[in-house]
Order: sequence, then C-alpha cells, then structure tokens
Amino acid sequence: MVWRRVLHSLRAGPATEPAGPVPDETVSALAARLDAAAQRRLGRSLAIRHVDAGSCNGCELEIVALGNIVYDLERFGLRFVASPRHADVLLVTGPLTRNLREALVLTLNATPEPRWVVAVGDCGVDGGVFKGSYAVNGGVSAAVAVDLFIPGCPPSPAELLAGLRALLEANTHRS
Amino acid sequence: MAAALTGEPTLALIALWADPDHAHAILLDEVLLVVLPVSVAIEAGFYPALSPARPVAAWLERMIFDLWGHTAFGGTDPRPWLDHGRWPSLHPMASPPRGMGPPAEPPEFLPCEGDDLHQVAVGPIHAGIIEPGHFRFSASGETVVRLEIRLGYAHKGTLGLMRGKPIRVAARFAARLSGDTTVAHGTAFAMAVEAALGVEIPARAESLRAAMLEIERIANHLGDIGAICNDAAFAFAAARFGFHREAMLRAAMWAFGHRLMMDTVIPGGIAGDISEHGALTVLAAVAAVEAELPELARVIENYSSLADRMVSTGIVSPELARRFAAGGFVGRASGRDFDARRLPLPGGRAPEPEFTVRIPVLTAGDIDARLRVRLAEITESIRLLRRRLGNLPEGAVAVALPNAGGEGIGCVESFRGDIWTWVQIDGGHVENAFLRDPSWNQWPLLEAAVRGTIVADFPLINKSFNCSYSGVDL
Repeated sequence: MVWRRVLHSLRAGPATEPAGPVPDETVSALAARLDAAAQRRLGRSLAIRHVDAGSCNGCELEIVALGNIVYDLERFGLRFVASPRHADVLLVTGPLTRNLREALVLTLNATPEPRWVVAVGDCGVDGGVFKGSYAVNGGVSAAVAVDLFIPGCPPSPAELLAGLRALLEANTHRS
Repeated sequence: MAAALTGEPTLALIALWADPDHAHAILLDEVLLVVLPVSVAIEAGFYPALSPARPVAAWLERMIFDLWGHTAFGGTDPRPWLDHGRWPSLHPMASPPRGMGPPAEPPEFLPCEGDDLHQVAVGPIHAGIIEPGHFRFSASGETVVRLEIRLGYAHKGTLGLMRGKPIRVAARFAARLSGDTTVAHGTAFAMAVEAALGVEIPARAESLRAAMLEIERIANHLGDIGAICNDAAFAFAAARFGFHREAMLRAAMWAFGHRLMMDTVIPGGIAGDISEHGALTVLAAVAAVEAELPELARVIENYSSLADRMVSTGIVSPELARRFAAGGFVGRASGRDFDARRLPLPGGRAPEPEFTVRIPVLTAGDIDARLRVRLAEITESIRLLRRRLGNLPEGAVAVALPNAGGEGIGCVESFRGDIWTWVQIDGGHVENAFLRDPSWNQWPLLEAAVRGTIVADFPLINKSFNCSYSGVDL
C-alpha cells in the first residue's frame, strides 16, 4: 500500500495546497519592527516553540494540523522545535492561567533574542470567554510583550499560516 | 459510605463534586445500567470520603477541597491538586471565598525509595504541541519505578464562570472545557439542562447531535492514530490519517459552519440546521476514509517496528480498568464494555435498535489494543453516521427553554469515553454545574500503565491514552 500510494502521489501530485496571499497590513506593521540583526540571523526560516498557557486544546488541534500534508508548514521554512533555546518564535495559546504564568516567563527568558511572541486564539488575545476569572491573567500580553495576535476560537490552520508567513515576509521585505 | 461501597463491587464511581453546602456523587450500577445520584450535606466542613473504597475519588476529593474547601473525612490523599498557591483566594468556589493561602510550590511528591533511583521532571511545558502538565518519573536506570502526574496548570475557573450565567452563555463554557470534545461536552450540558427543565428536543436536533458526535469521534480517532504512529516514527500512517482528519474537519465546516463544530449544540437543540449539501459532504469524507482504512490498518499491523513499540507496552489490567470505571477505548482495550450510547435516552426511552453500538472489547490493555479498538470504532461510527444522515427527521432543530428551574444530569459517549454533566438551574440561570470529563478516570491508569516500562516509551503510552488536561483542570 505504501508504494502504491507513493506512485499515486507522483502521478497525481501532492495533496498540499497552494498558499494564498498574506495580509499586507500585517506584513508592513511587522517589517517596521525587525532590525538588521534579526534579518541576518533569522533569514527565511523560523523555529517555533509552542506554549500552552491554559487553552482548551482547540488551538492545539489546529496548530497540529499545520503539520499535516495539506498545509505542510515546513515548506515555508517554519518548523516546531522542542526547546525554547532553539526557538525564534513562541507561539502561545490560552488565557494565561495564574498556574502557568511563571512557566511562561521562564520559557521566554530561555528564548534567545531576537525573538517573537505570537498570541494565538481569542483566549491568547485577551482571555476570551475566560476573561475575568479568578484563575486567569486574561491574555498572553498580561505577562510578556506580544508581537502578533492571531484571533479566532480557534483560528483555522489557514489563519495561523497567514500570520506565521507574515512574520517571514516582514523579515524578507525589510532592507 | 466507603464501607458500604466496598461491599458493592458492581457500583462504579463516575463523578464526585460539590456545591457550597453539599457533596455530590454519581454512581453507576454496571450490571443493571442504573444511574444513582447521591448527595450529602456538608457537616462542619466535612463529608465522608470515598477514596478508600474507590481510588478514582482521590483526585476528585483533592479538587473539591481546593475549590470548595470541604474536607473528605477519611480520604487517602490530602495534598492540594488544582490550587498551586497562585490564586487570589483560597477555595474560590466557597461562599464567600477565603483569603490568600500559603504557596504550594514546590509541590510535595509521593516518596520513592531504593538504591540508584533518580528523578526525571518533565513539564509543565512540553516538547511537543500538547497541553501543560508536570510528570515526575522516579526511575532506576531506564525503568520507571513510579510516575506521578501533577495537573492544574490549565485551571481556568470554568465552574465558577458558569455560575449565575444565563443558560446559553454557560453553554459556551461547557463547549470549551476540552476543545477536542466540544460537541460531546456541549451535548452533555444541553442534555442536563433539558432534563432539569423537562424539555424534549425535536427529533431532527437529536439526530444531528448524534451525527456530530460521530463526526467528532471519527476526526479525533483519525488524528490520534496518526499521532501515535508518528510518535513511533512511522510518518506514512501519520500523513494519511492526518489527511483524512483534515477532510473530516472541512466537511464539518461545510455542514455546520465550524471545523470543530464548537457552539453548534445549544440547550434546546442545535444552533442552526445542517447546510444544504452538508450531509453529502460529510458522507463523501467518510467514504474516502472507509475506502483507505482497511489497507492502512493492514500496513500498521504489518510494520514490525511499530508492533515492537506498541505490543505489550503500557498495559492496563482489566481489574484496574474496572476499579477506575475507565471509559472509552481505554476501558474497551482492558475488558470494560461500557458505552453511554447504550443508556436509556432522555425521557426513559430505550435506544433505537438500528443505532445499537457494536465495538469489540479486548483484554490485552496495551497500546496496540487501544489502537485496535479505535480503528474498530471508526468503522462503527461511519456506519452509525450513515444511518443518521441518510434518514434525518424533518422539522425544527430547536425549542425555546421555559423560564423554570430544576436539577438534571446529562451523559454522552465522547470519543474519549462517557462524559457526565450535572446542572442546577434557577430562573433561566445556572446555579451550579459540574462537568465530568472521562479523563478523571483514565489519568490515574496512565500512572499505572507506565510503571515498569522505560522512560522513552512514555510519549507513546501517553498518546495512546490522550487524556484531556483542560478537561480535568476545569
């Protein structure tokens, strides 16, 4: 079955979809924030470390989907890494629970500069439906500076991809 | 109470929770399939512990103390659970909450003694794209002597947020207790509300809910089977299962307007009817799954390096599965044949024979058995889904809720197992609620399954359980 599928894929082409445009306004806003050092060091590749700051796991499902053969995240030079010390980007989900706040700050401190923090999902933006609870801080930016927000409950893989590619494009367009 | 339970081995403890004045439990007679709700008043801050007779109660009793401040008299484990000493008050669900408590860091772990033991601390932030939790391994060389799990990092105060909210608003929290089971938790909450208010929902809504539950089940099984193979470095299966999961989510988007079908189920019915060609789209997606699944199953079976990782690894004995009333594929892979789809329907109606669930029950209890059960469940869910969507009753998809009050329980078979939800309603608002995710009864079994394996097998064993962190962190 494996070889038959490989032959089929060679004939019919991959399931991976062509990528749509990235939002211009996001690109220009981000381009303004990158300096020459980031340009030199990051190039056209970003290593991403995911941090769950108390999400319902809906965002995680869609982030995992970025790696499936339909979205194929790695073709853009984007990949998930296992340690913050290897990461350029922290991709943070959840309303930032009080119980996870310290772990997030420690993770950020372990991530070398230059680095980006991306808050994912309505919870990551401002706490979402959990805003006002005794147990949450209400969004990622309550503890760490956020460079990019990707709202949605949860954001679709296409929306996540557009945001992450905007990070790449901002870097490339900078001169 | 505990002594009485010791003499009743067929009574399973399903759920244990509290409100400011009472402790509540749901017991299930596993032979007669009779649900027994039990409530006792809190006396001087105490209620009788169940953990000596039903070990699954230990985490629940710790949760009750942290949230409501009631102490389980005679309980087996008094350590904090959800409360890590970082909330602005002690016992936030008590009325009124008490002042700030002492910090619970560093946490106290169970002792582990012996020559040459070392500890491996993992998390709360993990190397993959998963939820936060801390795993403390005590190992002798590579062999795990004890695993202790510490959760609570995803505690959002969900139960507190639901209190006092209008029913429709509270439903949004139930739909976000655990995103992967948003339909199942949404449905269990809706059924509890409908039971409390004596509401009967239209037949079309009931069928569409059942269809959405099967879609959610198929999509989760596809994703998890692919992920298990991926953790054993078998990328081919991960690619194919991931592809089919994506197709299922897109069909759900087309049919119900949301990839995970979040907020689609509402108390009283469903939020909107299935789209015009929704049923055809979903059926096309499952037909593609069905066409490829037998060969994919054969490939998985024939890959010896995969079998080497999965067979006889991470075993849960049937005895443990029974004692912890483990639901879903965790129970079914260890000889416990329970499926909430066999329980009587609302109003005491018997389940329709054409939707009788037929899933094999295995006894090996290892990763391989859990994966085989899930493969079989996909096939069965496709059959049920076809019947549901092929014969949808006509009519409305929701009814208005009366502005009344009452108490009700809802139960739904999610992909992970049986979900139980309890609500008290007063004047169209939620007074109290508890949402019991199946993971409460499965996490402790993961601790048992890991004992004696090697540390490197843990990710695979953990994935084969796929318990919800958010679901029990509340």
